[in-house]
Amino acid sequence: MPGTPTEIATRHLAETSRWKPLEFAFWLVAFGAIWLLPSHHLILNEIIITALFAMSLDLILGYAGIASLGHAAFFGFGAYFAGIFAIRVIGDPLTGLILATLASGALGFITSFLVLRGVDLARLMVTLGVALVLGEIANKMTWLTGGADGLQGVMMGPVLGLFEFDLYGRTAYVYSLVVTFLLFLLARRIVVSPFGLSLRTIRDNPLRARAIGIPVNRRLIAVYTLAAAYAGAAGALLAQTTQFVSLDVIALHRSADVLLMLVIGGTGYLYGGFAGAIVFKVLQDVISNWTPQYWTFWIGLILVILVLIGRERMNHRVAVLWARLRGKPEPRPRTIVGGH
Amino acid sequence: MAEPLLQLAQLSAGYGLARVINDVSLTLEAGRSLAVLGRNGTGKTTLLNTIIGATRHLGGTIRFEGRDITKLRSDLRARGGIGWVPQERNIFKSLTVEENLTAVALPGPWDVEAVYRMFPRLKERRGNMGNQLSGGEQQMLAVARALVLNPRLILLDEPTEGLAPIIIEELLAALKRITRDEGLSAIIVEQHAQKILGVTDAAIILDRGAIVHQSSSASLIADPAPLETHLGVTGRKAGARAHS
Repeated sequence: MPGTPTEIATRHLAETSRWKPLEFAFWLVAFGAIWLLPSHHLILNEIIITALFAMSLDLILGYAGIASLGHAAFFGFGAYFAGIFAIRVIGDPLTGLILATLASGALGFITSFLVLRGVDLARLMVTLGVALVLGEIANKMTWLTGGADGLQGVMMGPVLGLFEFDLYGRTAYVYSLVVTFLLFLLARRIVVSPFGLSLRTIRDNPLRARAIGIPVNRRLIAVYTLAAAYAGAAGALLAQTTQFVSLDVIALHRSADVLLMLVIGGTGYLYGGFAGAIVFKVLQDVISNWTPQYWTFWIGLILVILVLIGRERMNHRVAVLWARLRGKPEPRPRTIVGGH
Repeated sequence: MAEPLLQLAQLSAGYGLARVINDVSLTLEAGRSLAVLGRNGTGKTTLLNTIIGATRHLGGTIRFEGRDITKLRSDLRARGGIGWVPQERNIFKSLTVEENLTAVALPGPWDVEAVYRMFPRLKERRGNMGNQLSGGEQQMLAVARALVLNPRLILLDEPTEGLAPIIIEELLAALKRITRDEGLSAIIVEQHAQKILGVTDAAIILDRGAIVHQSSSASLIADPAPLETHLGVTGRKAGARAHS
């Protein structure tokens, strides 16, 4: 089946972008939760926003190999932008969301040049530095951000002029879920495209990628900008659905938490952020109810066990069990499953 | 008169403060192939790395198809028609065979199907990840990945290193087809002269980063004395293997 590179890439795109049954199941459950879990919309909203934030980090960490300890900079920027926009300009959620996303993308574009200047540890420090600088700016500009008291008085209009935000978080969850789903579809398309493949070549070996004609810096700038826009969208959703923004949105622990979620869920396949966010938030919710003082201890312990056992090994055990239940041959351990 | 495909003029390069290749000048015409021979550490790999733009330039010029590319970025050199198969192969391990190829393919006669015809084994393994391939398959994939860039010049760094004899034969046959039948220009770095002289038109021997011998491959096969002098290999062995 010969063809031009574009035809081959298109064919490859069609083959690799085919939806798998588990994906359908995941999104059916996510949308089904609108009716099935009416009393949990608030936590579900928090989970889906966190998942979108984690997915944005996965775009740079899982696909391009850019480790970041300051990804909350874009999340926080998006949150403040959306909150301030609602207070000072207009309370329409979609307008605020789109502008906050674009503004965060612009911030990502500007700061991406700093990220190009180093690898690994240097990148961790640079991204952390950017987040600290922005955090301090937000803290000092009290007249605009509310400083340590947080941004108060955010009043959001109805979504599409029809759906008012309610106390139980139903509109919030549906709004966040639909936005996340649309952004997920776009990200899914991007990561299986030749652009996405080229990001993975850069992650595997930047020098080699450059020597076979991939403009490494331009690709890194593009994906960093995109990830910043996604993180900004997540921040904007949080600001709009909770109608409050505090310095917490830009704090170091938020960047660290989202990294932990990717450690739990895995990187380089987009769903890692979702799996990690669900596990992390549910654990946080359950354990903090059980032992409000020591919940971080248990989260830490679970994380250590997870890393020691190895997620791949656990996934393999589950796959073996599943195969046995279905009477199918046991799968062999895989060294690579399209991600780490 | 047509410009040579590649022209190095008094080229010096290295890594950091170290000067590894020194005042190297050579010309390669389109459709011709060149073997770069030499002992370990004589600058063979550095010469290729310099042509692709992965070293520190210390002097001289590189012209490709008449254009000065000395200051050009590596990715632009690759897109401009220079394919590179590095010594370590550097297969992208988290991409399948097909993804390794489609991630970089450029328009031209060497499309994915054409390289599958050249290396049918890769077609059989198209869905396998890069790190699930044998050494020989990885080398084939590395060559195939350079070919789908549709280069006018392909640089191969010790393509037979670490491969089983039967795989080497298969690979050399493929290289012969690429250079002789398809007319693609190639520079092939090889420690073992006897393996490669039958594939290339000309050869140079490097010692301490400088060219110490330059001749046609045929004359080196006929008179292997320079190989004995500079590489310490026996001429009879070199000639016998190259003829076979």
